[in-house]
Amino acid sequence: MGQRVVIDPITRIEGHLRIEVEVTNGKVSNAWSSSTLFRGIEILLQGRDPRDAYLFTQRACGVCTYVHGLASVRAGDAAMGITIPDNARIIRNLLLGAQFLHDHLVHFYHLHALDWVDVVSALKADPQKAADLATKVTTAGWSGVNDFKATQARLKKFVDSGQLGIFANGYWGHPAYKLPAEVNLLAIHHYLLALRQQARTARLHAVFGAKNPHIQSLVVGGVTCATDLTAERIAEFKFLWQETMDFVNNVYIPDVLAVAGFYKDWAKIGGTQNFLVYGDFPQSAKEPDSFLLPRGAIFKRSVGQVQPVDINAIEEHVKHSWYEGDQALPPARGETKPKPGKLDVNDRYSWMKAPRYKGEPMEVGPLARVLVAYGKGHAPTKKLVDGVLKKLNIPVDALFSTLGRTAARALETKIIGEAMEGWINQLVENVKQGDTKIYKDFEIPNEGMGAGLNDVPRGALGHWLQIKDQKIGNFQLVVPSTWNLGPRCAQNKPSPVEEALINTPVADPKRPVEVLRTVHSFDPCIACGVHVIDPQTNEVYRFRVA
Amino acid sequence: MENERRAKDRLEQRGVSRRDFMKYCTVLSATMGLSSSFIPKIAEALAAPRPPVVYLAFAECTGCAESVLRTTYPWIDQLVLDTISLDYHETIMAPSGEAAEKSLHDTITKYPGKFICVVDGAIPTADNGVYGMMGGKTFLEIAKEACPKALATICIGTCASFGGLPAAAPNPTGAKGVKDAIGINTVNIPGCPPNPINFVGTVVNYLLFGRLPEVDDKGRPLFAYGKTVHDQCQRRSHFENGEFVTSFESDEAKRGYCLYQVGCKGPETYNNCPTVKFNDGTSWPVQAGHPCIGCSEPDFWDKMSPFYKSI
Repeated sequence: MGQRVVIDPITRIEGHLRIEVEVTNGKVSNAWSSSTLFRGIEILLQGRDPRDAYLFTQRACGVCTYVHGLASVRAGDAAMGITIPDNARIIRNLLLGAQFLHDHLVHFYHLHALDWVDVVSALKADPQKAADLATKVTTAGWSGVNDFKATQARLKKFVDSGQLGIFANGYWGHPAYKLPAEVNLLAIHHYLLALRQQARTARLHAVFGAKNPHIQSLVVGGVTCATDLTAERIAEFKFLWQETMDFVNNVYIPDVLAVAGFYKDWAKIGGTQNFLVYGDFPQSAKEPDSFLLPRGAIFKRSVGQVQPVDINAIEEHVKHSWYEGDQALPPARGETKPKPGKLDVNDRYSWMKAPRYKGEPMEVGPLARVLVAYGKGHAPTKKLVDGVLKKLNIPVDALFSTLGRTAARALETKIIGEAMEGWINQLVENVKQGDTKIYKDFEIPNEGMGAGLNDVPRGALGHWLQIKDQKIGNFQLVVPSTWNLGPRCAQNKPSPVEEALINTPVADPKRPVEVLRTVHSFDPCIACGVHVIDPQTNEVYRFRVA
Repeated sequence: MENERRAKDRLEQRGVSRRDFMKYCTVLSATMGLSSSFIPKIAEALAAPRPPVVYLAFAECTGCAESVLRTTYPWIDQLVLDTISLDYHETIMAPSGEAAEKSLHDTITKYPGKFICVVDGAIPTADNGVYGMMGGKTFLEIAKEACPKALATICIGTCASFGGLPAAAPNPTGAKGVKDAIGINTVNIPGCPPNPINFVGTVVNYLLFGRLPEVDDKGRPLFAYGKTVHDQCQRRSHFENGEFVTSFESDEAKRGYCLYQVGCKGPETYNNCPTVKFNDGTSWPVQAGHPCIGCSEPDFWDKMSPFYKSI
């Protein structure tokens, strides 16, 4: 029996997560993921106006803002039987694309980087050498010797003040940190630049969405930003998009590759077996065929054999969650009530349920999307992935890892970002032709059913809406982080994160930075993972899947 | 003199020009309704030794924390590295687990009565607060331990201020705002999430005058929440002229008419959204053609909904 290590709270994530691991002979031999906050958003939705749902559900998460709003209005569109106008589809895609750009950038620099980058070590760096190194990895103009000198001086002054703020009690000097001082300085310099870039990138949401976080221009039926379809406004969006893409291409991706080069052993740690993608970014009204990111499932790492997705093969388990009962049921027939209890990893230990697809735990998110697109022969994905594998001189199998997950996130940022240009041009073309339609009117039916299936920064996201007497009869969310970070299922199969943590080295159980690397590589987003439904009936519903 | 020198040093250390710095001081003082003669004083206040701040996240969505990251006057790196000492903030702090808890503990014990406690998220109180736990303690226990020891508690967002989303009917977890949950006075910066400039403005008020800003009967700073959205709205003249949007599909929507008839809650909502706008002045909901949902008012999820129904 190994040593138990509890990390609670896991920081640099959204929400409240507790990870417990068992360490045997310097490696993780068992792991348990617990979500420790319950808000009950679906309960709040019962009996409300179905048009209001998106405003509530968007508050499931302020980090992956917008995406729950989008999922809900898509479920609403489906329930009302609406096909939204072309411009509304494009604007929703642009807002979702902007969310990926922002979210992935912030994840790498501000939520993940400090697992790999030793801030204190940067004080010892030679700024000239850092600048020479920067010249080799990027053509960006923000990384000259004076930039590094200024950042180092600023950091020194900060450390000398004795008030270490967010950097206090970090695991600095830990033997798992492998970067040379100059790479640490480069990374921390870009960490600071990215703090400002993300605020500018978030303006993409404000242009057509009023504000960020929590945009406010969605409606069932389309979008509302009627007075923003002007040349100035579209140009403003395009400028902000271009500025962000410059950062992605010249800073984010080069940094991921530079850091990865020193951590190649992490290409053998942290992998899982199965992957699920709903797909997203409809490029016409034809779904899912027109998706930029294709739908598919992969079992046992068989990337060459991507399977179609059968939405009826999803079940949610509660045997290890704080809900009554222990039966696995499809989301549509879930019969779940909160039952707070003691945290016991041998019994019930999370507010999250455990979704399974065909009985298997499935990893969702950037790595799943990149693998499915790669397996389906999506040309831009194949080219990018093959290029990176060659550059790092690692085999395809290396993708099934902590490093692979982090690299996939960077690569899809580029794939999605580049596709956005085409959508901006389509919008320009439509407006130029006099098509400014962004909304379709509708009547709320007495009874109705609709689902919104989406792929958002953290993975596959489904919202299910049932309308009864023109009100919300039932509403539920099956979200990415329950797939990735839920507890064990009724068959005691571990969730993806619980599986991925096995064999992670832990040099010092008191400072488990290695555990954080794998946990953070999933980009945990916990508040939305915790939900409960309270259905009135046990009826099997047939969903219209958007 | 000493302060001026320190301000200069810090400016250089920030890598920002004096002009940039004065610009954000100007924006802040305008938001706070101060005359321009205060601008040099704000610059000076921002350069003083950094006051310790702990930021506690309870039943929340992290939207408020993200909103603060979007601050542009000052930028977040300037706020965190040069202006305040952000000793505990789960979303961006380096350490996790015990090391993170140590950061919180250190500040509370080292600076009793001197640190600022910022809270986002409501506090679940049903079943002894079991619906929200961190480090094996309930949020209720953590709040009772930390908030009363602070110089002041600033609630960021409607959840911490008034209960917000988790407290919407039927409030399954017995969620409450900080004031109601633990019985202390708080400064409230509501909004879902609030504009970061209103939070930063409150902190600057403290740095400048050594006290928190004047507030209304709901604990909201008057500089930001003193007038209704309706009274400051760019579409107000359309309201006066009886020019209304009745469908988001209509020509009236394209002309930017008043959204009152499609549910705008601007007349009953106190906030500065129309004048300050969001994300560096890029837009705000009514500008994007969507009704105000009244998100800075207590119980707005119940009292202001259905959101598309006229008041």
